[in-house]
Amino acid sequence: MSTEARLTAASVAQRDRRWVGFRTIVIREFNRMVRIWGQTLVPPAITATLYFVIFGSLIGRRIGDMGGVSYMQYIAPGLIMMSVITNSYGNVVSSFFGAKFGRHIEELLVAPLPNWLIVLGYITGGVVRGLLVGLVVTLIALFFTRLHVEHLFVVLAAVLLTSVIFALLGFINAVFAKNFDQISFVPTFILTPMTYLGGVFYSIAMLPVWAQTVSKANPILYMVNAFRYGFLGQSDVNLGLSFALMAVAAVALFAACVWLMEKGTGTRE
Amino acid sequence: MKALSLRQLTKTYRNGVQALKGIDLDVEQGDFFALLGPNGAGKTTAIGIIASLVNKTSGTALVFGHDTDTELEAAKACLGLVPQELNFNQFEKVSTILVNQAGFYGIPRAVAKERMEHWLHKLQLWEKRDAISRSLSGGMKRRLMIARALIHEPRLLILDEPTAGVDIEVRRTMWEFLRQLNEDGTTIILTTHYLEEAENLCRHIAIIDEGRIIEHDKMATVLRKLHSEVFVLNPRQPVAEVPQLPGYAVKLAADGSIEIEVTKSQNLNEIFAALSARGIEVVSMRNKANRLEELFMRLVEGRDAETGLVKPAATA
Repeated sequence: MSTEARLTAASVAQRDRRWVGFRTIVIREFNRMVRIWGQTLVPPAITATLYFVIFGSLIGRRIGDMGGVSYMQYIAPGLIMMSVITNSYGNVVSSFFGAKFGRHIEELLVAPLPNWLIVLGYITGGVVRGLLVGLVVTLIALFFTRLHVEHLFVVLAAVLLTSVIFALLGFINAVFAKNFDQISFVPTFILTPMTYLGGVFYSIAMLPVWAQTVSKANPILYMVNAFRYGFLGQSDVNLGLSFALMAVAAVALFAACVWLMEKGTGTRE
Repeated sequence: MKALSLRQLTKTYRNGVQALKGIDLDVEQGDFFALLGPNGAGKTTAIGIIASLVNKTSGTALVFGHDTDTELEAAKACLGLVPQELNFNQFEKVSTILVNQAGFYGIPRAVAKERMEHWLHKLQLWEKRDAISRSLSGGMKRRLMIARALIHEPRLLILDEPTAGVDIEVRRTMWEFLRQLNEDGTTIILTTHYLEEAENLCRHIAIIDEGRIIEHDKMATVLRKLHSEVFVLNPRQPVAEVPQLPGYAVKLAADGSIEIEVTKSQNLNEIFAALSARGIEVVSMRNKANRLEELFMRLVEGRDAETGLVKPAATA
């Protein structure tokens, strides 16, 4: 066998080995999510149902239309996005920190897998849960209202990018966390307020000018509005700017996660 | 071919502790190698660096010729690690842990399942394949970690105190298993606090102390350096006074037994003759410590004398 042929065979073997490794991480993450379905799939379904009943049906009737559609139709994309954000983030932060805490992250650290692949595996696990929960919430929404999709590609791109971004943020949180308090701090004190103030329940056009300016500093506003545009064809912010911000954030955060793994922060000290 | 080659390996932790002060170590392919040292000597740090669990400060580590700086994936593929502390997911099934670990090494699921079955049978864990790992006994958990380290059939297996906390029967079974594995071609590096274990199993030995290798040779050569042994003799009747035996260092223990240091040039016949002449009848005899333990203590204590530092006691 020539040198070139040997190198090609070695590179194919490496690609195959990496693919099996990646698939194993994703399957393990999926199985973990299914194994603890009572913590992963049921709570967001109950929360979403309550939101639709209270905000959509009871309060929403008194609010009337918003942006030319019923209040229920207006908040549905926001609520779906909220569940995607929370679950993508929550899956990665709890799984990766749990692996650090239980030391079974070492199973991956000793294996011949590049760090970018480990990050990609965990992120895919987070995205799978985020999208699955998003789908569950969408199905619940369909019990309460009709969901018309204006731009399917925009819907899919926005939900995927948002899920990736928050899975990556969850990874960074888990890397730095030293105890369980530190993995609940960010979701409770940063993520939840930002999501609620990110245009899930209202259009920022309803706010005073200063509050609109402040709201535009909230990245979640761009994600929710891009997603809502896909359903309703209306947005409070520029769609191009939203996707540009999300794409840059996803690439930058992925690079940051890989860099942290290469450096061994929180894992190899 | 060297299974492992370390050159000037150093590690300084963020808190300033210098765990490794430039160690050089070679382990030949096919060897059964003991790495000994008191607690905090740097054994686990060295193993952590080789297995990519700890970032080194400087130096090089080669596993079967693959530099961990430039060919990390190839080096990792050759290596299996059984760490000191339990590090598997306590909520996963035994079989899942093994199949997943095989997957991380790129082994397709069908092959992984065959290997899982093979190693679980070998390590007598097959009956527990569907058990949640946290429900296993201490000895079973250790064996699970060995099975996991072998699932990708590594050329070099490193075991960091694999028999710590397991009962004698399990320990003996594990020794037999490791001996067979080595005979089948796997290079093994073992750290242990049971020096009897190292003496029984290993052909080469390195002793690490305060981040430096202070001894590195064949086990037989190292043991030959031991010039004397201390024997404990139990007399039928308690002895009130230390029997004076010219040329021998004799001590009387609190329980009435006699401790005698015997050098290579001396012999036990003389001692028994002298004791018989004094009317002392010896009913049993044993080594105060095993030979390796004796040497280990001397080497470590010898460094104390040089540095003047108080040393942690080596556990045996």
